[in-house]
Amino acid sequence: MSAHPQLRRRAEAAASTLPPLLARANTLANTVLLGEHGRRRAGLGDDFWQYRPVQLGDTYRMIDWRKSAKTNAQYVRQKEWQIAQSVCLWVDPSASMDYSSNPKRPPKLDRARLLALAVSILLIRAGERVGLAGTALPPKRGDGQIWRLSEAMLAQDQRDDYGIPEARAMIPNSRAVFVSDFMGNFEAVEHALYKAADRGVRGVLLQVLDPAEEAFPFSGRAIFESMQAQVMHETRKANDLHAKYKERLQERKTSLRRLARVTGWQYECHLTDAPVQTALLWLYRALERGR
Amino acid sequence: MFGLPLAFTTPWILVALIGLPVLWLLLRAVPPAPIRRRFPGVVLLLGLEDDESVMDRTPWWLLLLRMLLVACAIVAMAGPVLNPDTNESSNRPMLVLLDGSWASAPSWRQQSEAIVATLEEADRQGRDAAVLQIAAPNELEILPAAIWAKRFVDFAPKPWRPSEAQFVEAAGTLKDQSFDTLWVSDGLQTAGRDALLSTLRELGDVTVLQDPAAVIGLRNLELKDGELVLSAHASNAITRAPEVQLIGKDPTGVDRVLANGSLVFSGEQNAETAFALPAELRGRVSRVEISGIDSAGAVYLTDDSIRRREVALIEADSEQEGLELLSPSHFLKQALIENADLLEGALPDVLPANPNVIVLSDVAVLAPAEKTALLEWVETGGLLLRFAGPQMAASDLSRDVEDPLMPVRLRAGGRAVGGAMSWGEPKAIAPFHEDSPFAGLVVPEDLRVTAQVVAQPDPNLAERVLAELSDGTPLVTRKIVEQGQVVLFHVTANAEWSDVPLSGLFVQMLDRLAVLSASGSNEAAAMEGTVWQPIQVLSGQGRLLDGQNLSGVDGEALLNADTGLNLQPGLYRSGKSSFARNVLRPDDVLERVRWPDWVRVTGFEKPAAFDLKWLLLVAAMALLAVDTLASLVMSGRLRGTSIAAIATFFLWIPEPSQAQSLTPSETTDEIALAYVLTGDTAVDDLSYSGLYGLSNVLFQRTSVEPVNPIGVDLEADELAFFPLLYWPISTVQSLPSAKAIEKVNDYLRSGGMILFDTRDADVARLGSSSPEGRRLQQIAGALTVPALEPIPADHVLTRTFYLLQDFPGRYASRDVWVEAAPPDAEQVEGMPFRNLNDGVTPVVIGGNDWASAWATDRFGVPLYQVGRGSTGERQRELAYRFGVNLVMHVLTGNYKSDQVHVPALLDRLGQ
Repeated sequence: MSAHPQLRRRAEAAASTLPPLLARANTLANTVLLGEHGRRRAGLGDDFWQYRPVQLGDTYRMIDWRKSAKTNAQYVRQKEWQIAQSVCLWVDPSASMDYSSNPKRPPKLDRARLLALAVSILLIRAGERVGLAGTALPPKRGDGQIWRLSEAMLAQDQRDDYGIPEARAMIPNSRAVFVSDFMGNFEAVEHALYKAADRGVRGVLLQVLDPAEEAFPFSGRAIFESMQAQVMHETRKANDLHAKYKERLQERKTSLRRLARVTGWQYECHLTDAPVQTALLWLYRALERGR
Repeated sequence: MFGLPLAFTTPWILVALIGLPVLWLLLRAVPPAPIRRRFPGVVLLLGLEDDESVMDRTPWWLLLLRMLLVACAIVAMAGPVLNPDTNESSNRPMLVLLDGSWASAPSWRQQSEAIVATLEEADRQGRDAAVLQIAAPNELEILPAAIWAKRFVDFAPKPWRPSEAQFVEAAGTLKDQSFDTLWVSDGLQTAGRDALLSTLRELGDVTVLQDPAAVIGLRNLELKDGELVLSAHASNAITRAPEVQLIGKDPTGVDRVLANGSLVFSGEQNAETAFALPAELRGRVSRVEISGIDSAGAVYLTDDSIRRREVALIEADSEQEGLELLSPSHFLKQALIENADLLEGALPDVLPANPNVIVLSDVAVLAPAEKTALLEWVETGGLLLRFAGPQMAASDLSRDVEDPLMPVRLRAGGRAVGGAMSWGEPKAIAPFHEDSPFAGLVVPEDLRVTAQVVAQPDPNLAERVLAELSDGTPLVTRKIVEQGQVVLFHVTANAEWSDVPLSGLFVQMLDRLAVLSASGSNEAAAMEGTVWQPIQVLSGQGRLLDGQNLSGVDGEALLNADTGLNLQPGLYRSGKSSFARNVLRPDDVLERVRWPDWVRVTGFEKPAAFDLKWLLLVAAMALLAVDTLASLVMSGRLRGTSIAAIATFFLWIPEPSQAQSLTPSETTDEIALAYVLTGDTAVDDLSYSGLYGLSNVLFQRTSVEPVNPIGVDLEADELAFFPLLYWPISTVQSLPSAKAIEKVNDYLRSGGMILFDTRDADVARLGSSSPEGRRLQQIAGALTVPALEPIPADHVLTRTFYLLQDFPGRYASRDVWVEAAPPDAEQVEGMPFRNLNDGVTPVVIGGNDWASAWATDRFGVPLYQVGRGSTGERQRELAYRFGVNLVMHVLTGNYKSDQVHVPALLDRLGQ
């Protein structure tokens, strides 16, 4: 992971600038933040929402005298409703996420972290509490959490071939974001999702894939290995496997989508050569929709 | 081998070819190695089965490719040689026998290469060798062949043919030794050749190397019906039309091509061509050359015989309406008109034409100015022929004191004999004395002289008399005046006083007096007893060499003897007449030599032994590359884009940049300095970088902002767009064609300038002392280059931009030549310079290697060192300044020169 040493060095040296991932996530978040506002309901909060005429039952204390003095009627000043949601992020740190078919393209993990961090920034700015799934970093609010999130994400270094979604210690009725390639054991995913659904946790499954994994552009005699060389498969003519591979990938996607529907989650597949804004927008909207 | 001229140096290696089938089996069994790929999606592949029909063997075409590769390598190692030299080796010394005559000169270079190659081959075999040139026998030395291969450059073809005596001498030298002979023949049959051949046969093997092309020689150039007829002769019937050039001096004294023509051999041995030239031009032809043949036989030198004499006829002013037959010059005209160009008119009009002969018939009185001019003309070699007549007899001309324009003093009145009022009979003419130029002419019996002017008896009269009457009175007298002569006929030029003008003797006498032609018609007699000094002699390759240091030749030998070391073909002079002895005489015959069947005759066209080893190795390497690519494709290591990239790489083979024809739009948008492409890459690159550096300097310092220099091909490109052409002389450059020459001449005429640079000022002064200088002479010979002079101190080039007095380049020679100032250029009072050439000098010639001094790379860093330290840098700076001045000169012309008028202009403006 190339961003990590750079982050450490720069943090130690200056301790003032944001790590690159965070900076990128900030920039990315800013592109989405425009025009997206609060809960769009009156409630407890800091921001002004609307003036409404005084109704029966309102205490005098609630009347906004400044506004009321300008007119003949009395008005109550309402603030926008702000309620904090807890969002748990799980970004698959496994070795398979390190894959990139082209040196010019970022590995899947980089894209996944970027998206996760960007959406956390958006959520935190919106007043939600964001944390990492599991016990490492419980959801908190405030800008400091963004920093802690980025650090925690970069610190994760699980060197298994394929990751298993973290469904432990989930806060009931909270939200969750799982970002992974979901190439690993499907039953583990299923299990985690059922467990989350049991606790009333709803959320988003974002599958991040490399274009090579989508297209399988291989030919000739080859031995395919997983990133840690724990699994391998030999073929004499890779191009013959093309159709079968795509079929299986489609099958995997379909089962993920079905699983999401069953548990009330939302599913999307994102390729690392697609624009990242689209994915972020979808992610943010998906989290809003589910509220 | 295999019907091909193919041999192997180490054929046993070919046995390895047997191993190929084994290799086939081995390669077939081993499939290409798999690639290991990291791929997270592998979990989805688990359990998938390969199609059974999937190939796991190397495809047959790849196998074939590899077989071919190995076969190529094996065959290459066996050392195949195409056209192998199959000469059986011998341990006898090698004798290279050269005819070495002018006939072998055209192909001398190929001969030399072949001979040197043979000698080197002999050296490899450890054989000794000897070289003998029959035409100029040297001492027979048997030395290691390598020494002779080095020494061979000393041999040159001679301008004569080996004589029979020389063949005999050669046979004598070689007798009783043992040799393998390579006879380099000139292809012409000579007596004595067969005898020598049979001698050589006894010594060892004989091989003959001979140019298969026919030998061509110029036989004669004669004046026939007013046309110059050139005849040539070839050793066998051929069909060719070589170009010939008539060369002579132009009015400024520079050799020029006066006329071109072609000799058409239409399947015959002889060819003739006629040139109709104006008499003026014809008189200037000094030699004829067949272009493209470097041989003394292809050059024909001319002498006086083709020149028509110009004769001016001047009569006394006669008031009377004369009858034609009584006109004093009628008979002269009749006698001369066939063979001479006649000029008629008053003496002042005629003299500037500088005729060969002036005839004054019965002219007694000449104006003093005319007299002085005429005397001056005589002293410079003119022949003044005077005839007596009534007016002369009545005048006081040369009465008491001998007139400088009369050979003798005359008595008053003359005399008449045999008339009604006189005693005696009309006199006959006495037989000519044998010292007289008329010696041998037969005097007709019936010639009578009735009147004459009579010479005063003076001490020197006797030696001046050329012909006399039977009573001993002079009829023709002559006086030598410096280089010229004055001849007086003591009778009239018409039939009034004598019958002489009516007779054939009159014409013969005029002929003997060299009135009709410079050399008389009776050559043999005239040549007898004379000694002729060679002025210029021909080299074997047809170049003119100075012959002044050779000893004189007897006249008869010059006419009749065979050429040889003591009688080299060339131009000879005796007194005022010149005689050209050419390689071929008009009736010489060239005969092709016929070799007996047992002699092996080879030409130069034999294909050289060609080593195929490297060709095959390169092929193997290419196959290896193809195989590598194919293997990569087969194993999937190469993907579509890479294949496309490699394919494009192979298809896009950078083509050698051709000298493209320049389009006007490229060259007229901006000004560009141009240089002549010489064909020598190093020189062309140097010219480019030199002009590049100069262009930069111009850009920085002046308002001239040239674009990158352009190389021009004289044959193909249009020159008109370039103000200045830099022409470095390279010995490799071929002579420009006639078309290119014409183009360059047009360019020079229309205001272009060429800077010739022989680049050799460090070792040679301008002239023919270096190979480049000689090349320049050959190139510039055909160009219309005006008379030149070293740059005078007040030439406009010295001040067009910078004030300069030296024009150094990499070398700092002062020898820089420009067009000569007109002779009437005068210095204006108070002006530092003369009002010189009203134009731009068309050529600047020097050897200072300016391009090297100017040359920079793209970043302006000088490429070549000039001089040492800061002096050198100063010299480079001056070189740049010269370049700037030159470009300014060619662009602004005489603008600076016009400043002589500044005072006048200021004056006119009322300042």
